Order: sequence, then C-alpha cells, then structure tokens
Amino acid sequence: MRWIAEVHVQLRPGIADPEGLTIAGGLRALGFASVSDVRSGKLLRVSFEADEVDQARSQVEAMCRRLLANPVMETATWELRADDEPSEEARLA
Amino acid sequence: MSPPRIAVVVFPGTWSDRDFLDVAPLVGWDARPVWHAERELGGVDAVVLPGGFAHGDYLRTGAIARFSPIMPAIESFAASGGAVLGSCNGFQVLCEAGMLPGALLRNDHLEFRCDWQWLRVEAPASCPAWLGQIADGQPIRLPISHGEGRYYADEATLSQLEATQRVVLRYAEADGRVTSDANPNGSLHGIAGITNGRGNVLGLMPHPERAAEAEVGGSDGRLILRSLTTWLAEQPVAAERRL
Repeated sequence: MRWIAEVHVQLRPGIADPEGLTIAGGLRALGFASVSDVRSGKLLRVSFEADEVDQARSQVEAMCRRLLANPVMETATWELRADDEPSEEARLA
Repeated sequence: MSPPRIAVVVFPGTWSDRDFLDVAPLVGWDARPVWHAERELGGVDAVVLPGGFAHGDYLRTGAIARFSPIMPAIESFAASGGAVLGSCNGFQVLCEAGMLPGALLRNDHLEFRCDWQWLRVEAPASCPAWLGQIADGQPIRLPISHGEGRYYADEATLSQLEATQRVVLRYAEADGRVTSDANPNGSLHGIAGITNGRGNVLGLMPHPERAAEAEVGGSDGRLILRSLTTWLAEQPVAAERRL
C-alpha cells in the first residue's frame, strides 16, 4: 500500500540558525513583539510503497539516517500516514 | 620524471574543474577530468574535488554527490594514503561523506560571499601533501566564493581537531592574526580548512585554483598545488599506487 511520510528536518538545538533569526526579526518588525524565537527547517513529503506499517516506519527511519538529515548538524522528525487518496494517475484517468 | 596524474572529479553542477585543469600545467600536474558516474579513478596520484554546486546542492551541500558511483573509489584511494583535496563544494562533499569531520552550514549573514580572503596556515606538517611548501603561521591570500561555508562541529570534535593540530587554515587578517572581523561566514574557531588524522586529505573553503596566476590577482594558490607536486616526487609509493 501507499504511504506518505512528512519529514521535518531542523538544525540541532544550539546551532545558530541565521535564517530563523532573520525571520524572527521580520515578525517583530511587523508588530509581533512577543515573538522570541524562530527556527527554520525544511519539510519533505515522501510518497512510497510498503506492505505494512512497521515496514513503512523502518523505511522512513532508514531514509532519514542515510540521506534526509545529516546527524552532525540536523535532527529529523516525521509523521507517517496511509495514502488513501487516489494517485495522480488514477485521478486523471 | 613524468608529471603526476591528478583526477579532477566532475559532478553535475561542478564549476571549478576547468580552472583546476587550466592551471595544472603551471604546477606540474597532468590533470584529467573524471566524471562522477565512473567507478574507477584509473590510476592517478592524487584526487581533487573542485568547487561548484554538485547536484544543485539540493537537500544539503554535497548530500547527493557523496553517493556518486565514483565516491567509493575516492574513499579507498584516501584510505590507502592517497592525497585528496576538496575545495569549497569539494570540502562539503568530503564532510558529507564522513571523510572529514563536521559540516558546512549557511553563512551567518545569509549572503553569498565572493572575495579575496587572507588565511593563516597552521601546522602545515599535519598535512604535508598539500601544505608542505608553506611555513607555519604564513599568511596566504586566496579567493572565497560560497554561501555555505560556516564550519560547524560539536565541541568534542573541535577540541580533538585543535589538540591534534588538524585545523590547518584559519580566516585571518593580512598580518596573519585570526580575528572575528576576518571571519567571513561565522565558522567556529575561524576554521577555513582541516585535514584528516593521516594528513593526506585536505578540505578547505577557499579556491587555490583561482589564485595560481598573477594575472588574476594572486598566485598563493600555487603554494598549495605545488606542495602536492613536491610531496608526490618524494613518495616512493606513488608510482606503485598507479598500478
């Protein structure tokens, strides 16, 4: 069956994130004075096939470990869900 | 003696390969490009990973390039003591591949920085293949050209790099003083270049190949490139490694 993993990759806590600091400054400049911190990151939405949920989980873990995040500087968290929407091909057919 | 054979690795998006190939004759190299999809280096004396934006630097700098078919050959070449240089994007690839510790992050000011930069060479004996012809503490001037050059490693790794004299290039003033003002990207400890424990792999953010001719504004890069030529001539194993 098809699965969708939404993988969030962020710099490890404590590593300076100049992009987040700049965005925080922008928000404060707009009047959101209470903003104390922004951490930037990226969202990767991975669609893939796996027979059952444990297999899907271990695949996502392996993807994160081998490529999607560099453990020297990043952490990855993810959410997994079954993709029960019709595929693009099926929808267009 | 025939000139040493140098592989200049080309990934999709590499941009400094032609500069390395262009200046190779000036420093006594017989250099040839090696496409990333090849699986063998083809009997060379040293390997250069040039700057650029391999695979668009998508995901992270060097993240896709490190899985190129040619990388296992480069890793085993380095493991056998072969000299490997990674400049700019090449340094980022070496870090992603785990051949050097740490990582290169987005510059602290978020800008791409293209400029001439003074550097202090430290402990050149830690990396004789690439720095053997440079004096300890000598200031050299090379171009930098990067948006992601902020060297980062955790405290334990930094301490180990410092204790073992593997930080061999630091951003500095013209007189060689390392100051925060001279640091162009927020690198921890002002680190511009490091070597591995064995001293045969050098990663640096600056571009020695862009400073090998006085006509382009400086020739200090030749000190690094010629160090290799001299070092190779002194290595009895270099000729054997080709076989």
